[in-house]
Amino acid sequence: MATDILMPALSPTMTEGKLARWLKKEGDKVSAGDVIAEIETDKATMEVEAVDEGILGRILVQEGVEGVAVNTPIAILVEEGEDVPDASTAQTPAVALAAEPVAASIPPASTKAAPKDESSERIFVSPLAKRMAKDRGIALGSLNGTGPNGRILKRDVEKGGNAAPVAPKTTPATPVATDGDVKRVPNSTMRKVIARRLTESKTQVPHFYVSVDIELDALLALRSKLNATAEDNSFKISVNDMMIKAVGLALKKQPGLNVQFTDAETLHFENVDISMAVSIPEGLITPIIRNADQKSLREISREAKDLAKRARAGKLKPEEFQGGTFSISNMGMFGVRDFAAIINPPQAGILAIASGEKRAVVRGDQLAIATVMTATLSVDHRAVDGALGAQWLNALRDIVQNPYTLVV
Amino acid sequence: MSDTFDLIVVGGGPGGYVAALRASQLGMSVAIVESTHFGGVCLNWGCIPTKALLRSSEIHHLLHDLGTFGFSAENVSFDLPKIVARSRGIARRMGGGIAHLLKKAKVTTFDGRAKLAGRAGEAHKVSITKDGAEVAVIKSPNVILATGARGRQLPGLETDGKLIWGAREAMTPTELPKRLLVIGSGAIGIEFASFYRNMGSEVTIAEVADRILIAEDPEISAAARKAFEKQGMKIITGAKVGPLQKGENEVSTTIESASGTVDLTVDRVICAVGIVGNVEDLGLEGTKVQVDRTHIVTDGFCRTAEPGIYAIGDVAGAPWLAHKASHEGILCVEKIAGRSPQPLHALNIPGCTYSRPQIASVGLSEEKAIAAGHKVRVGRFPFMANGKAVAMGETEGMVKTVFDATTGELLGAHMIGAEVTEMIQGYVIARTGELTEAELIETVFPHPTISETMHEATLAAFDGPLHI
Repeated sequence: MATDILMPALSPTMTEGKLARWLKKEGDKVSAGDVIAEIETDKATMEVEAVDEGILGRILVQEGVEGVAVNTPIAILVEEGEDVPDASTAQTPAVALAAEPVAASIPPASTKAAPKDESSERIFVSPLAKRMAKDRGIALGSLNGTGPNGRILKRDVEKGGNAAPVAPKTTPATPVATDGDVKRVPNSTMRKVIARRLTESKTQVPHFYVSVDIELDALLALRSKLNATAEDNSFKISVNDMMIKAVGLALKKQPGLNVQFTDAETLHFENVDISMAVSIPEGLITPIIRNADQKSLREISREAKDLAKRARAGKLKPEEFQGGTFSISNMGMFGVRDFAAIINPPQAGILAIASGEKRAVVRGDQLAIATVMTATLSVDHRAVDGALGAQWLNALRDIVQNPYTLVV
Repeated sequence: MSDTFDLIVVGGGPGGYVAALRASQLGMSVAIVESTHFGGVCLNWGCIPTKALLRSSEIHHLLHDLGTFGFSAENVSFDLPKIVARSRGIARRMGGGIAHLLKKAKVTTFDGRAKLAGRAGEAHKVSITKDGAEVAVIKSPNVILATGARGRQLPGLETDGKLIWGAREAMTPTELPKRLLVIGSGAIGIEFASFYRNMGSEVTIAEVADRILIAEDPEISAAARKAFEKQGMKIITGAKVGPLQKGENEVSTTIESASGTVDLTVDRVICAVGIVGNVEDLGLEGTKVQVDRTHIVTDGFCRTAEPGIYAIGDVAGAPWLAHKASHEGILCVEKIAGRSPQPLHALNIPGCTYSRPQIASVGLSEEKAIAAGHKVRVGRFPFMANGKAVAMGETEGMVKTVFDATTGELLGAHMIGAEVTEMIQGYVIARTGELTEAELIETVFPHPTISETMHEATLAAFDGPLHI
């Protein structure tokens, strides 16, 4: 019997995706577990496996089509010798696709943090809130329900959310159109997500910024010594690895920044899960080093390299980039003196790390030379006040300037 | 017995005893301190005994309308002491029920007056006195103040228990006053006016505002006034009541209003001019608890400014309704227990007046909705066009709905007529669940019921009613 293959929800936040590539052609035989297509979501490309066997009878959504809503039939699977229907047979039970990675393994912090998805998960919403969200073009999945059992109420809609996902386009998007002197590049899914989330952050989260100069000489010396102990170059610890650990320890010491603000309450997290911003050709992604305070520099270094590599290849699993409790953005490699980062909601803080450079410093009444780095903390003022932000930065500076705590 | 509890509740009214029961359900050890009687004013001197009286007066009214229903009877009479005795008996019976519930829930009860007596470490100390002597000192990190309120005494209108009655005297008459003046036309004043008028007294209502039942939608106020006047009540609004001159067994006064000056002599005066919170002698002065115009200031979870001290019900401010007190008791206890209750939404608390006709409402009146910036759609439906109401002989009444024209939110519902106090909960559910007109229109209402007027009043605000 012919069955529809539906667009899978590969993560709890996914409402739509791009059908990046078909790996099977019409007429190909498919066994359970075969990778049949690649789907590009908000932040990653993922492989889609068949859960049933049969013949890929008809492809309904061609390669390159963007904005395919979750649960849209994308192909028809038939049994051998069976006639292939022209269109989706809505009556027949649809075969969901097993998607690797599986969203269920996302830790609790991210369940709270991740916006609910309209298509893959039941959303509790009052009829009034539903209508108001529709009228205002707000996606229910982007709202934080504050009613009983997380039900979305009128007040939640009034506080605002994100624009609803657009209906799937039926024709493949033209990659680039030239219009006189202007080259029009359609925004990628990731570009749209970055635009939406950062606009939301800058308009809804009252940021404040605190900067400190941190001397790096002791940390650099320690790094050289540690790396010298590596036999066969089995590891090479970077300043970034050490900063991840230092931020982890500072968050443990001053847990007031390891929080998340919601209207009803402020969530204080036990675990220190650090999102590190990684630049990739399409934009930006923030893979997570979990429990950064507890891991050795070697573990952090290995994980960070692996995550960055897979991030650039678009192969991160959702749980690897969703649900951190604090972010670091490091532009040290670009020779910048200082910068301020936009908070990655729903987190309450992000640390912007600029380049370490030799600067003149005053010690006592003498001028001296030190390697100095300016670090700027952006904080959600709804959850954290200025004094705490400053205390936290001081704690971080103490750790970096006395870096032995990083290895003890 | 340990002197330390997870929770101490001060006051055993509908706020306090419900809080104690809920806390016990959630596994807390609970003490409750009550000075007089469990059930508070509501059960002993308010809601319940007045409903018993009003039931009698309703029957009295029906007995005088027997011909309508095909009956005839002669020499119909009543025995006022028996009517009052029934009311008192019901209050006693319900009070006994609460004592039983508290016992079953293993709540430790203390007979006496409670006063905050400083801290012992993290815990608050509560001293309990009976007849001026301290009988116990108990401790808890959490104390809920649920001491209620009492009728306000205005200078010159003080109740004296003989000629000038408060609620207590008004619900325990030994003989029916032939002529009665009711000062104040809130729910309490109107219920007494209705009781006495239905029992045969000549009733005058004096209200300082420009309409009766000021909490209600003006259209409902006007309909109520019309109904009461048809029953023979005299209603003076914008009234200034002059000095009460007490005689041997009557009271004379002068009432000024826009429509002139009236000299009035009555047998009794009922004073129902508002409420003051019972905030005295609670030991609040040693705490950070804030009191504003006799009411304790609290947040959405009933927390006062003093950590560990909570206040619920009448003592924590308007609306002074038993169901508000009970609901606050529950959410306050759940918050203490670390659950995630919803704060109480004032506009979702229904108000009921059990006069004849009854009055009930929830949410915003039309004028308040417009003042709040809503573009409104208003629906009205009269009882006259409802089959059940006509069959019951209860054609006096109407339902008015106020919807937001843009979102379809039910902003308010206002009802007057038979059984509306039983029906208003339908609209309260709609408001609490944030239903829109679409769900109300889609709801199948049973036929024949007076509740069909609720459906029609919704249709009337949108596509138009069917039966008019």
